[in-house]
Amino acid sequence: MTEESIGRSFAAGIVGVLAILASCAAVAAPEYAEVRPGVALVFPRDDGAHPAYRTEWWYITGWARDRSGRELGVQVTFFRNRPGVAEANPSAFAPRQLLFAHAAVADALHGRLRHDQRAARAGFGLAGAAEGLTDIAIGDWSLRATDRGYAARIPAQGFTLDLAFRVTQPPLLQGAGGYSRKGPAPAQASYYYSRPHLAVSGTVTIDGAPIAVEGEAWLDREWSSEYLSPEAEGWDWAGINLADGGALMAFRIRDRHGGTLWAGGTLRRGDGTVRTFAPHEIAFTPLRSWRSPRTDADYPVAMGVRAGDIELRLESLMDDQELDSRATVGTVYWEGAVRATGGGRTLGRGYLELTGYWRPLKL
Amino acid sequence: MAHVPAPRLRGTLRATAGALAGHKGRVLVTIVAIALGVALGYAVQLVNRVAVNEFGQAVQTLSGTADLAMRGPRGGFDEHLFGEIARLPEVAAASPIVEVEARIPGRDDALRVLGLDVFRAGLIQPGLVPEAAESLDTLRDDTIFLNAAAMDWLGARTGDLVPMQVGTQVIRLRVAGSVPAEGHAQPLAVMDIAGAQWRLARIGRLTRIEVRARPGADVAALERRVAAMLPPGVAVERPAAAIESTLRLSRAYRVNLNVLALVALFTGGLLVFSTQALTVVRRRPYLALLRVLGVTRGGLVGLLLVEASAIGAIGALAGLLGGYGLAQLVLEIVGPDLGSGFFRGLAARATFEAAPAALFFALGVATALFGSLAAASEAARTEPAQALRAGDEERAFGRLAPTAPGIGFIALGALLTAAPPVRGLPIFGYVAIACLLVGTILLIAHIARAAFRRMPVGRNPPARLAVLQLRGAPGQATVSLAAIVASVSLLVSMAIMVASFRQSLDAWLEHVLPADLYVRAGRTGDTAFLPPDVQQAIAALPGVRRVEFLRSERLLLDPERPQIVLLARAIDATTAPLRLPLVRSADLPAGGAPPAWVSEIAADVYGLAVGQEIVLPIAGRRVRFRVAGVWRDYARQQGAVVIERALYAELTGDRDANDAAIYLEPHASPDAVIRALRARIPGAAELETALPSEIRRRSLKIFDRTFAVTYALEAAALAIGLMSLSSSFGALVLARRREFGVLRHLGLTRTQVGAMLATEGAIVSALGLAVGTALGWVISLILIHVVNRQSFHWSMDLHVPWTSLAAFTATMLALASLTALVSGRQAMGAGVLRAVKEDW
Repeated sequence: MTEESIGRSFAAGIVGVLAILASCAAVAAPEYAEVRPGVALVFPRDDGAHPAYRTEWWYITGWARDRSGRELGVQVTFFRNRPGVAEANPSAFAPRQLLFAHAAVADALHGRLRHDQRAARAGFGLAGAAEGLTDIAIGDWSLRATDRGYAARIPAQGFTLDLAFRVTQPPLLQGAGGYSRKGPAPAQASYYYSRPHLAVSGTVTIDGAPIAVEGEAWLDREWSSEYLSPEAEGWDWAGINLADGGALMAFRIRDRHGGTLWAGGTLRRGDGTVRTFAPHEIAFTPLRSWRSPRTDADYPVAMGVRAGDIELRLESLMDDQELDSRATVGTVYWEGAVRATGGGRTLGRGYLELTGYWRPLKL
Repeated sequence: MAHVPAPRLRGTLRATAGALAGHKGRVLVTIVAIALGVALGYAVQLVNRVAVNEFGQAVQTLSGTADLAMRGPRGGFDEHLFGEIARLPEVAAASPIVEVEARIPGRDDALRVLGLDVFRAGLIQPGLVPEAAESLDTLRDDTIFLNAAAMDWLGARTGDLVPMQVGTQVIRLRVAGSVPAEGHAQPLAVMDIAGAQWRLARIGRLTRIEVRARPGADVAALERRVAAMLPPGVAVERPAAAIESTLRLSRAYRVNLNVLALVALFTGGLLVFSTQALTVVRRRPYLALLRVLGVTRGGLVGLLLVEASAIGAIGALAGLLGGYGLAQLVLEIVGPDLGSGFFRGLAARATFEAAPAALFFALGVATALFGSLAAASEAARTEPAQALRAGDEERAFGRLAPTAPGIGFIALGALLTAAPPVRGLPIFGYVAIACLLVGTILLIAHIARAAFRRMPVGRNPPARLAVLQLRGAPGQATVSLAAIVASVSLLVSMAIMVASFRQSLDAWLEHVLPADLYVRAGRTGDTAFLPPDVQQAIAALPGVRRVEFLRSERLLLDPERPQIVLLARAIDATTAPLRLPLVRSADLPAGGAPPAWVSEIAADVYGLAVGQEIVLPIAGRRVRFRVAGVWRDYARQQGAVVIERALYAELTGDRDANDAAIYLEPHASPDAVIRALRARIPGAAELETALPSEIRRRSLKIFDRTFAVTYALEAAALAIGLMSLSSSFGALVLARRREFGVLRHLGLTRTQVGAMLATEGAIVSALGLAVGTALGWVISLILIHVVNRQSFHWSMDLHVPWTSLAAFTATMLALASLTALVSGRQAMGAGVLRAVKEDW
């Protein structure tokens, strides 16, 4: 056997081994795109979906008011998920991209959250999230870009939302120019921007009775491949449209012992200047808890939030704003309209989100 | 009866009961006969109820809350239809399904696999949503979820790998959890729809779409709208309709079994008639005495009917219990389809059902009442003074046989054989059989008298006495004759029918299996097939002269009916008579629509005649064919149509095959070819090879299993025949004790009296057997050409099983003589001599 032939067969062996490794990798773990710092977000491109990442959401929460002054909390959320299975499957049904949606109306007169949900795999023109612009739908539920902002149409069980959201301010980039860390490891991060102070107008139909409403909402857009660190149990999050035109976002990720694993927040003042908070500058303090009669989960529905030198007290519009989404994303959480007060005055309105109180959250 | 003082009536009843107790044996036999009929009928009913329930529940689980379901050919339809349907504004939810019968290597039955979109199935068929420890497993394409029955059947647990044959390859899917599928007793597997499409070779295809309409939507309007969107060969239906169309397939079989049960009851009724007639005759003086003592005619009839209904009630009760036990046994051993193969894999327990129980109880009692009506009214009509005289019994027997209606019944029966089926059931065929039976029994007395008159009187004293006795008193024999004729004719007719069927099946198998060797991708399931490269490899094997490949598919021609089988094979006008057992054919003009050969069942069900046009929905298109011939098919109950394979491949692009018929070189051995096949063709381990002789043997085995119920009924008929024979002889002998006494006084030995009795028995049975066999032959013709043709649409050639009939006749004859002899022995104790004194 010549040296040359030995070299050739050795090379062939290496190629073979590499091929096997590559095929194993393809089966074992899909290649999710990684969230990196220093990537500039581009609009409207980044309004659209980012299917290469594992998880993504379009999260609208807001307060609406009818002519009589009755106040309603409104939530419209679309999730996109790439489960990383069946990626090589040529079937048109291959569940490469999944879509979920939650919608809810909080009405203090009703006392309990009206909510509904949808789930589907993308495909057949029945469900999908477009790239490059906001256009996401599951059946007859949709959230789409309009000339001046967004429009949501949600015909749900017991209520229908038909709302326009007009953009009044530039996007608020969270974290470092949209790179928002969620844990001690740099990869535990998301691309994250918000659109506070969306002007709401449209119709909320409850039990067949249409109610013309106006109000103010908040859009969160976030996508990532590694959101939560394995030790995380859940998070507390608040997004508040401040009365002076400012906006405050604060979150903390809790560990399994109730401690804080990571935290962050951003304040944009009425004059447009932005302050980003370091983890130690954020604190969430439960003030009052409410136990769900359905799941026995205890939620801190009144919460003190400190971000730097700002201290806010968040009080829920009503206690029971628990959303059972076991049928779609497999979890139960609390997503509630809250008033922000400080020094005896109402400083803003927004939403408080409490996850991981039912069971540790898995994304 | 009102003026009969109560204490006396009670005494009368007690006395009657005492009289019955004296006929313990006969009463017992009668009870058993009624019980047998009731048991058979009730068991068939219970088993069928279980099958219907099970099947209904299974459909309920599969369809969930769907208002409409779309289904088409077995191979499915284009998946784009799903998007169009789901987008309709009236549709609240639509669930796409890929259903596959997956072949499991080494198993005889296939596993039903449903490929589902869990998100959509959850909205309509929540019972089918898998329970997974890891929720992502419900979306993977290498995982599968089993219901309890499937876990059991496969002996699999979560984490195990289940092998499945796809094409000629074996894939392995991981069991990642269970499917609740409440009420679905058959093995069932669920996996993700994309995984099923990909792994089970169904990319781009769906087999079903379940749809739920929006609340308040007009479902009928939606149904019409959807129907207009469907490609040819795909139909929309209400889920309940699916249950009906499948049950319709087995209806004829069930009805036939029920008729057999009624036949058993009828035989039981005949037995009641013979027993009651004889006991009434035997008790004539006693009953007359009751009349003299003041019991009215009506009272006497009432008394005898109470007696009969008591017998009927006891028999019917025993029958209900027996039927329940029988049903349980059948369910455990044969399954709820009674061995017919219609509901594969169902397993369940019978539950006591009140309504059919009441019905069959009433039938049992009614049978006993009708059986004793003639005897009771005869006893009542008789003037007491006359009845109290000796030797009056013969007069009574004479009146038991009405004459004129007999011919009328037979004529009516003959006419009715020409009547068409009623809703697919041979109702008039059965009525014709009943008419012939009743007519013959009514005429039996005349036949007997004529036969005995023509019988030569021998020299031998016992034989001479026997013939003379029969000539002098033919009435006594007619009762036994009626019972023998009824049971023998039913038995002979069934024997001839089953033998004809078996023989025709055998001949058919020979015709449809002309090749030397058969290779199948898999006998069961629709995931196994021979891809083109494997086909080429088979054709290139050494020793192989020629191979004919066959592709099968199932098409939906009529949503009311199960899918028809489409067989695509190498065939043309010249080879058709060689390949198919044609019963009718025609030369079609060249250049017209391509030829299709339909099975007899398909021709009957879809009203197709030779030369007529038939439109088949193939590959989503309506393709015209012309019927070039009708062939006999015993294998596919839902109907089959054969077309040229080249044309099928051209229409569908499907070049796979299910079976290969291999013709060998003159000196090649099948074993060597099989070895070469196993050695050279990848995946050949999963291919099934069979010699025609093996297939034939297996098919006949299945036939015998299917007819196991019939064989059981034949045995029952035989038992009833023998019982009635012994019962009536026993009664006769008892009634003639005085005569035997006289004969003994006249110097005949006991042996001679015994010989006389045996001769009488032999003569009566011979006549009964002759008439019964002749009638049986006629009935078998009706069974073959009317009942079977109308119920199952298949024709068969008459084949009389001479050997077994001869053996049966000889046995019956011997048993009859023996019975007569034994009865005589019992009756000829010391009492016989004294019995002579009874009259003086």
